[in-house]
Amino acid sequence: MNRREALSSVALLLGGTIVGAEVFLSGCGPADKKYGASLTFTPDDVSFLDEVAETIIPATSTPGAKEAKVGQFMTVIVNDCYEDKDQKIFLDGMKKLNDAAVAKYKKNFVDLADTDKHDFLVALDKEAKDYMSKKKPEDPTHYFRMMKELTLWGYFTSEPGATKALRYVAVPGKYEGCIPYKKGDKAWAT
Amino acid sequence: MGDTTNVNINSGGVAKNTYDAIVIGSGISGGWAAKELCDHGLKTLMLERGKNVVHLKDYPTATKNPWDFPHRGQMPVKVLDENPVVARCYAFGESSQHFFVKDKEHPYIQEKPFDWIRGYQVGGKSLLWARQTQRWSRFDFEGPARDGFGDWPIRYEDIAPWYSHVEIFAGISGNRDGLETLPDGEFLPPWELNCVEKNIQDKIASNYKDRYPIVGRCAHLTKPNPIHIEQGRQQCQARSLCERGCPFGGYFSSNSTTIPWALKTGNLTLQPNSVVHSIIYDDKKGKAIGVKVIDAHSKQSTDYFAKIIFVNAACLNSNLILLNSKSNRFPNGLGNDNGLLGKYVCFHNYRGTVYASYDGPADKYYFGRRPTQAMMPNFRNVYKQEMDFLRGYMVHYSASRGNAYVKEGDEQLGGKFKDAITEAGDWGVFAMMQGETVPKETNHVRLSDDKKDEWGIPQLITSVGYDANDEKVLKDFLTQTSEMLEKAGCKNISPNDSKQAPGLDIHEMGGCRMGKDPKKSMLNKWNQFHNVNNVFVTDGASMASTSTQNPSITFMALTARAANHAVEELKKGNI
Repeated sequence: MNRREALSSVALLLGGTIVGAEVFLSGCGPADKKYGASLTFTPDDVSFLDEVAETIIPATSTPGAKEAKVGQFMTVIVNDCYEDKDQKIFLDGMKKLNDAAVAKYKKNFVDLADTDKHDFLVALDKEAKDYMSKKKPEDPTHYFRMMKELTLWGYFTSEPGATKALRYVAVPGKYEGCIPYKKGDKAWAT
Repeated sequence: MGDTTNVNINSGGVAKNTYDAIVIGSGISGGWAAKELCDHGLKTLMLERGKNVVHLKDYPTATKNPWDFPHRGQMPVKVLDENPVVARCYAFGESSQHFFVKDKEHPYIQEKPFDWIRGYQVGGKSLLWARQTQRWSRFDFEGPARDGFGDWPIRYEDIAPWYSHVEIFAGISGNRDGLETLPDGEFLPPWELNCVEKNIQDKIASNYKDRYPIVGRCAHLTKPNPIHIEQGRQQCQARSLCERGCPFGGYFSSNSTTIPWALKTGNLTLQPNSVVHSIIYDDKKGKAIGVKVIDAHSKQSTDYFAKIIFVNAACLNSNLILLNSKSNRFPNGLGNDNGLLGKYVCFHNYRGTVYASYDGPADKYYFGRRPTQAMMPNFRNVYKQEMDFLRGYMVHYSASRGNAYVKEGDEQLGGKFKDAITEAGDWGVFAMMQGETVPKETNHVRLSDDKKDEWGIPQLITSVGYDANDEKVLKDFLTQTSEMLEKAGCKNISPNDSKQAPGLDIHEMGGCRMGKDPKKSMLNKWNQFHNVNNVFVTDGASMASTSTQNPSITFMALTARAANHAVEELKKGNI
């Protein structure tokens, strides 16, 4: 699987294309691109993103997004691969998400019980989906859509995600065109 | 102006800078030229404009895992924005970017949009190629004459033994399919189609008498022969990370195969960081005597001399060097009496793709990452002209399973969601075209009058575009492939026109084409200039048409054939 395929499979899961990936997925990018702003993410920011990611991909019988350091991954991609306008959406989104949690539960998102985190993000995910399906192409991407796609992409390409939640074989040694598959078997990571 | 009164030697004098042969370029065809010439005992100088890349030693990403890359394969937005051309190449990414030319470093002028993808290092694009290696059939060589747009000076019978020669050495996997449109070769065992690809194969074959998909033939060692072991290579491990350079030597590249072989003869001098400015033509002797080289770093100029010169700089750069090789005898570029040098540039039409879903067996999967796919040889206008367009196209297709989807209404995040999407999903099918384009005088490259590169060499202007025939071929591919996939049981069939510019196929050909008639072509049937008999051009520049096949195995065969002819002629004293 090359990088295009890795991103395409996340895009397939979520529908649409990946933020920042237009250039090589569609062969063209916006002409008035601005980038280069360097964001500083604090350790608290990374912990916050880890909690969001862990709620999307929690530890079960296999490791969750936090163990896969998905929060850290998100900050790297947002810094290096996002345009300035998308960076702003993402940063503002972190605040919006927490403010909404405080408004609803009178607690910061990270301090919520796991079930509350889950229910809260389920509602936010629905809001993001509705928005994404109705928005005009030129309208901005929803911040939670960014967080979700970065979580899936970061998790599936991480060592815990690729080797434990999926099956990763670095050196297959051979190709077999037709082998049995039964419900519950893991997909190949690459 | 290159003439002998203006010799430019920096060290050691003419004798030290003199070889039997000079090969310009170290990619797929240059590697073959060096290997053949050295095997015949010629002291050979191979000039490469880029850095050295030593097999195994210089593949920095070859064994990395996905998580070893900070951006997991994605390139930073700054790199993509600064390099819009190379950023469009499918193989350009965090694991392979060090083998690609960045746009800014080597500018060229696009009179019409043309994505020129280049690899400036020892091995050139042989490190990066897609490794599909079908022989051309008799129909491909006969086509231009039948359709009245040119003529190959050779036929299938002329090149068949040379196909065998290069296949045996390079290691080509394939099935003996017995198709007239796709001659069999000297094959290592074939790769296998997966069960959905097989179903599609069967259904296309049973629905259409003239169509038969096969598994792609490719330059991978499925079962190495002693010759490959002797080259130091091992069996392909089905990792499919080829563009990083292969730590097993599982696929053919100049780096893994021809260059180390030539070095072992003791006859090869490999000189990286050497930008060829021009070929030096001696008006009195009536032949080329050497090449003028500019050091990539110091920018110092040095001349090198040889009895024969092979031009293998890759299609457009070979054209550039030849156009820049001006002398009193050839004021418009080497051998360019007819004014056709740089013209009749052609390429492959890759614009069409078709995605589809397939209700395939949920209880079947595959293991490993196969470095090829299914392909179906051209079925249009094969025996006679029958469509409202000239020539035809090949279809590549593959089927795979992604991660499982989550249905509307099911959990969209959390533990159940995670479990669901880590299973294998539905089968998807992807098909793409490789369409022949008809060479035209108007599709050309030429030198800029005023813009030069860092080395004082004129920049290249590309003026290459699609025509009405290409649009018709594209339309037919989209219609026919959609119909074939539908008959094969696919659903949600989605035909697309990428509208991508020529060049992104990385199959540019022509500009210095072979032919029978010196008035209409540059090279004779031995890839030798009609009017400069010690210069041979054996890369993509020499092609008189594109056929619908991937071209590299044909470049290899033409090169080996030309090199052996050059050696014979040298022995006879004719050169």
